[in-house]
Amino acid sequence: MSMRQAMKPAHIARSLGKKRAGGVLILLVFMLFFYGPLLYMLPLAFANKYEYPAIAPTQYGFQWWKYVLDQPNVVEAIVNSFLFAFASTILALIICIPAAYVLARFKFKGRKFIMLLFLIGNAFPKIGMYTSIGIIYYRIGLMGTFLGVLLIHMLGTMMQMIWLPAGAFRSVPRHQEEAARDAGAGPIRTFFHVTLPIAWPGIAVAAMYAFIGSLGESVGTLMVGLPKYRTMMTEMYGVILDFPATAGAVFALIIVIPNIVLLMLMRNYIGGGALAKGFKMS
Amino acid sequence: MANAKLEIIDMTKLYNNGDGVKNINITVEKGELLTLLGPSGCGKTTILRAIGGFNDIQGGDIRIDGNSIIALPPEKRPTAMVFQSYNLWPHMTVYDNMEFGLKLRKVPKAERKARISEMLEMVKMPGVEKKYPGQMSGGQQQRIAIARSLLLRPEVLLLDEPFSALDAKIRQQMREELRKIQTDLNITVVFVTHDQEEAMALSDRVIVMNKGSIEQCGSPAEIYDRPVSRYVADFIGEMNFLQIKGKTLAVRPEYVKVAPGKGGDLDGYVRTVMMLGHYVEMTMDTDYGIVKTFISEDESRAYHKGDPVAMTFSKQFEY
Repeated sequence: MSMRQAMKPAHIARSLGKKRAGGVLILLVFMLFFYGPLLYMLPLAFANKYEYPAIAPTQYGFQWWKYVLDQPNVVEAIVNSFLFAFASTILALIICIPAAYVLARFKFKGRKFIMLLFLIGNAFPKIGMYTSIGIIYYRIGLMGTFLGVLLIHMLGTMMQMIWLPAGAFRSVPRHQEEAARDAGAGPIRTFFHVTLPIAWPGIAVAAMYAFIGSLGESVGTLMVGLPKYRTMMTEMYGVILDFPATAGAVFALIIVIPNIVLLMLMRNYIGGGALAKGFKMS
Repeated sequence: MANAKLEIIDMTKLYNNGDGVKNINITVEKGELLTLLGPSGCGKTTILRAIGGFNDIQGGDIRIDGNSIIALPPEKRPTAMVFQSYNLWPHMTVYDNMEFGLKLRKVPKAERKARISEMLEMVKMPGVEKKYPGQMSGGQQQRIAIARSLLLRPEVLLLDEPFSALDAKIRQQMREELRKIQTDLNITVVFVTHDQEEAMALSDRVIVMNKGSIEQCGSPAEIYDRPVSRYVADFIGEMNFLQIKGKTLAVRPEYVKVAPGKGGDLDGYVRTVMMLGHYVEMTMDTDYGIVKTFISEDESRAYHKGDPVAMTFSKQFEY
């Protein structure tokens, strides 16, 4: 190693300051860890030929895209995925927002316990829960029904849909609500004209999580919905099991697209600043 | 009282922790600015919120123009309240903020517009209709909040420390403007503050509160010149307290006359001489404690630390 090369990291360290350089290094490792697998999907999805000893694909093309898109159920699965995502998000909003408001604004016995209950639902291993849900579903005839799948999707979103909006409601200053009452608005008008709009960024973020969570839900849908209700995620299971990883990468990219579009829309619609506020980052 | 706008009769409001106010009686006349003054936790805000409808009361009555309002929710009461902060709705422009209450009262659009611009003119903030609250300073926001309340032409305007989050200079300016608007419009105002200077400067009448009950009620001059208790004497203005033979003697610094030498009502020695602009503050050590007085710069040249001073009191209180 020449003197010059040996100087280089030291030089970088000096220009950034030693602490800074360490921070940048950690960030780089983190980014690689975080985005590496995602980036790896790109060459994988466009590989026509990719066999063991080669580090990178030997031949690029759209062979697997054509294959995946030619699958008979893909369009139906995409439609179903969005149907469940929209329906479960809207329904969860309708149920959870009043609940979140009550939990945020009223002090009553067992309030913290109820908040905790929503957390517990997420603490259980999902597969165990789905098994017992499956038994109940058979009894009450929800197996293989739209409602059955919808309930499964909502179950996964409950925690965010309660906790995030409750936090958002709590951060609305009481005086702003009282000022609306004072100006002549009843409690309901106050809620819709003042409380809800001010808490909206936090609620929008929760809804986005719910939507993306529903798009990504697979195990429950597989157990409750198949064979009648196929979503992109359940289709992907089949693709991954039966075909090379390349097909899976293609499918993964197809699923990522709506999520990215959604994030962009959210950014434009409610604004980056408000979004950051919803995430409590600002 | 024939002219009573607002009457609070034997009102009691206690919180679960035992704090609150008990057996409060207050009458406010039309066009009067009454201030509830006291340290935090004395119950002044509790009374104000009870008038506005944000506190349920456990006993007594609140009447406006002779009609009881205690059964009404805040939105039905003929009162308007301005809080210390977070009055304006951040997602609405100034215009939307001001229009909200007028819309609810079904005021026609053209009239809404005219009244809003007239009111903005009055609080000296014309042309801010399209701004959002976040784009304005704290003082400007409070002006808009007051303007928004005034627009609804309340029978009684309730102000809960509206200036205490602002810095001293703006606070003083806002005080003067509020007083002017209040006299121009002849509106009845109940004002809450912990700042005795603000209370003195602004009010027709001041109620000094202590631990949930009324300590004294009177004009600023009465409260200053004839404090009924040691608590009021201590809270309002500056006061020397001297413990003499089991009694407490209270003398305001301006009533302490000094002369070099001995043989006054009380003798002492110069402790500090401090120049404070157009006057000089002098403190003296006495057998009963430290006494403060104000003298002119010319007079102050006669005194140095340790010099004997003879004091005479032109006015004093005993508690």
